[in-house]
Amino acid sequence: MSALTRVVRSGVGRKRVQTVVIGLVVAIAVTSAVLGGSLMAASQGPFDRAFGQQRGAHLTAQFDAGAVTEAQLAASAGAAGVAASAGPFTSAQVELTDEIGHPVPPVTVVGRADAGGAVDRVVMVEGRWATGPGEIVLASGDRLRFGPEVVGRQWKVNGAPVTVVGIARSASDTAGAWATPAQLASWAGDGPRTYQMLYRFSAADSAEEVGTGKTAVEASVPAGALTGAVSWLDVRREAISDTILLVPFLIAFGLLGVVMAVLIIGNVIAGAVSTSTRRIGILKALGFTPAQVTRAYVAQALIPATVGAVLGVVAGNLLTVPILAQTNQLYGTSDNGVSLGVDALVFGGALAVVALTALAAAARAGRLRSVDALAVGRTPRPGRGRWATRLTSRLPLPRPVTLGLAHPFARPVRAVSIIAAIAFGAAAVTFAIGLGTSLNRVQEVEDIADVQVNALHERGPGEAGPGGPGPNGPGPGGPREPEPFNDPAAIEKVIAAQAGTAGYMGVARGEITAAGITGELESVAVTGPDSARYYRMVSGQWLTGPGQIIVSTPFLTAAGKQVGDSIALTSNGVRLTATIVGEVFNTDNDGLQVVTDMATLRAAEPELAPSMYYVSVRSGTDVEGYTQALKTALEPAGAAADSLSREPDEMVVVVNVLTGLLSLMLIVVAGLGVMNTVVLETRERVHDLGVHKALGMTPRQTTAMVIASVVVTGLIGGAAGTAFGVLLQRTVITEMAGSVGFRLPSSVLDAYGSGELLLLGLAGLVIAVAGALLPAGWAAKTRVAVALRTE
Amino acid sequence: MTAPLIELHEVTRRYDEGPPALNEVSLSIAPGEAVAILGPSGSGKSTMLNLVAGLDRPSAGTVTVDGVRVDRLGEAASARYRRARIGLVFQFFNLLDDLTVADNVMLPAQLAGMGRGAAERRAAELLGRLGVDRHAAAYPGRLSGGERQRVAVARALMNKPALLLADEPTGALDTASGEDVMRLLTELHADGQTVVLVTHDLELAERCATRTVQLRDGRVATGTAMELLR
Repeated sequence: MSALTRVVRSGVGRKRVQTVVIGLVVAIAVTSAVLGGSLMAASQGPFDRAFGQQRGAHLTAQFDAGAVTEAQLAASAGAAGVAASAGPFTSAQVELTDEIGHPVPPVTVVGRADAGGAVDRVVMVEGRWATGPGEIVLASGDRLRFGPEVVGRQWKVNGAPVTVVGIARSASDTAGAWATPAQLASWAGDGPRTYQMLYRFSAADSAEEVGTGKTAVEASVPAGALTGAVSWLDVRREAISDTILLVPFLIAFGLLGVVMAVLIIGNVIAGAVSTSTRRIGILKALGFTPAQVTRAYVAQALIPATVGAVLGVVAGNLLTVPILAQTNQLYGTSDNGVSLGVDALVFGGALAVVALTALAAAARAGRLRSVDALAVGRTPRPGRGRWATRLTSRLPLPRPVTLGLAHPFARPVRAVSIIAAIAFGAAAVTFAIGLGTSLNRVQEVEDIADVQVNALHERGPGEAGPGGPGPNGPGPGGPREPEPFNDPAAIEKVIAAQAGTAGYMGVARGEITAAGITGELESVAVTGPDSARYYRMVSGQWLTGPGQIIVSTPFLTAAGKQVGDSIALTSNGVRLTATIVGEVFNTDNDGLQVVTDMATLRAAEPELAPSMYYVSVRSGTDVEGYTQALKTALEPAGAAADSLSREPDEMVVVVNVLTGLLSLMLIVVAGLGVMNTVVLETRERVHDLGVHKALGMTPRQTTAMVIASVVVTGLIGGAAGTAFGVLLQRTVITEMAGSVGFRLPSSVLDAYGSGELLLLGLAGLVIAVAGALLPAGWAAKTRVAVALRTE
Repeated sequence: MTAPLIELHEVTRRYDEGPPALNEVSLSIAPGEAVAILGPSGSGKSTMLNLVAGLDRPSAGTVTVDGVRVDRLGEAASARYRRARIGLVFQFFNLLDDLTVADNVMLPAQLAGMGRGAAERRAAELLGRLGVDRHAAAYPGRLSGGERQRVAVARALMNKPALLLADEPTGALDTASGEDVMRLLTELHADGQTVVLVTHDLELAERCATRTVQLRDGRVATGTAMELLR
């Protein structure tokens, strides 16, 4: 074994704490970076990834089964620009009812023998593909969301029993459900049916290219056979509104993780080398060259760092898999989370950071003249931070505390780096809490209603996704619009009289056009004492009378209007002029929904009446009991009541899980950074510690002194980190909303109360004290005689 | 008959597998005595001082100082014992470089809970008595060796200890400074301070001590000091 190898081995073994800290910090930093990096890689266009993985259809075309033959459709695969095709598949619209007879909105069922093929390789989310008669696979996507419990249930199609054997997801959104071709033919009977063809084009990046492909396909079949076609660009536009929300969030956490890792690793390595300066002097006195010294210390840092990096890559990938399982479900992707590119980049990057930092510090030590290196004492150079020692000695605090408070000022560069590490830890906590609060507040708006009342039918299983349909929209799947109440006043009277009612809002949905915006928009006319509670204002004010509307940011952007402007609307063929009195945070209808007072639209539709009531119950009221009682009370009036489920939104769950996990990692890294610094400080001051103890400092006083030494850094780091965390939260949440065209209300943006901010500011102190506890214990236990002998 | 201030009874201190640093040593020192512990390197002098100061614990035997069974004390009690009863003077002063002379001297009193004002007054008195009061606001690094040792002695006397333990107090000093410190220790003894010196400096022992105890290979030895030191 060479002398150099011996030095490296003994160095790694001798400084066990330092070795373990380097390994752990690198492991956690790499875990965090792999997790963030893998998720970022996976989030870079999850739709595109899913679309690519499933070989999604650039064009989903419907053909009239009476106007074209299967052979002609199969031949259309040879049309110019078609790279691949699937089909023809027969398709038909069927009436579905769930196991208790609730109707599900009509769905288009496609007859496919299997989920694979050259185009649109449908991914199974639950269960299996339909292989025989009486089996159906439901599509899960943006419109309909089904839980795994649906699989195995007996539903009905057009009155005939059918077993739900699976839930599948098509990135191209090609069907509402699938069955075997024979089964579909049986269901369709003599009714209208169509053929579905799925095409991939050699060029489909723009609407023009897709249009060219479509024209070629159309030309290859008999005229009039093509009855409809959906471009993948339209499907994509619909899908990515959720997807792009994750990107700013992951970028923020990714940057936090990387900067913290660099800081902590740099601090650990530089500290490791600086405490070995004397040893380096001895090695040089024994004949080691500067290059050998440098190599020895870089290797000493790289050994635990490599072990840590390997563990980190493994842990990062293990953590990524379950999280991506959730995002896979959300986006229909099938990423396993392992991105070799990310792994290699993070692994190499972490070791490069370790090597570079160690190289810089070790090279400096290597250049030291032996005599200077040997002369370097363990205590900080006299002169630094004495002003702080003088200042703190005047404080009316126990002397061990005032001694400790001055310690960071003796090593200002190290103090600054550890303040930065604590600040990033505190920023992560602040950011995580703020982001969670903001997202939950967005969700809260959806959750205000406890019960819905309608006249037509009870809520079907396919209509209410997590969180229920909510008052701000018709709910996933676009349930068929309920009939208006004949006597809304009677309904309102029953609701108001019901014990436990806190408030209610009546809603009438319709279609409207607005000057400057192409196409029909959804209008929501509201009535009732509770309506303002269901919307969060961004600017302006709530409706105070007829002739007023409130709209979202995308509406204002599309119409080129501002709050206070008038706008021409057309409802039911009647032209109306309304004033935009408020900008509201409302994501329904892609933010183009027009919310107004019932009286405004009655000018165009005198018979307009609510078709749905959303009811909130008083705090402490049993919602199920209330619903049953209301149901009974409403029955004579011809209305039904349903309680609304309040499961958290999947996106919120994913973000909350990620936020918690990444924050925890960053906090642990920050704590380890503090611990390492305090260990270094304690080592450097071990002789002084011995003197203090020889003079009568008790173990408790020693602990107090060591912990006090991180109080200033903890407080400064906590305060700076909290401020940064708040800034980050506002920036990220604003960016997340802005990426889909929305501005957020202050109630969502202002996630922190003053008490919370104070507590978060103290988070830095908690991280610092937690990191200092272990070395403080070691310091307290240090034997005086040993400490005094230590040079 | 006056009770002894220090009583070591069959004290043994063993480190690892080697021969004991102290081997069944028994020793008694009365209040007001000035005793020099003499012996060559490795004889167990510093081990004995550490045991008396409560900086270390014996492997066997008992150490009683001022009625306190020092060998039974835990870490915290041992610290309280030191700051109440023991003044320590080290060969290399062990002053804290980032504290002023006055702050160094005040430290033991402040660790014992004395208020800053009272500590300042006591420190000023001691620094004046030892002739280093002009350096009160200076940092130890600017003082000569003799001055530093005077400051160390002032710090050792801060809590009015029953016992002053000095480990080679002139070992790091030039002749003139050594003389200075010897004179100081003699004066302190003359004022009634019990002093235990650990040294291999015969002159220091002769001038400052009223009794010498010789150690060799961890045992109290007989013979002349010169013979033993050889």
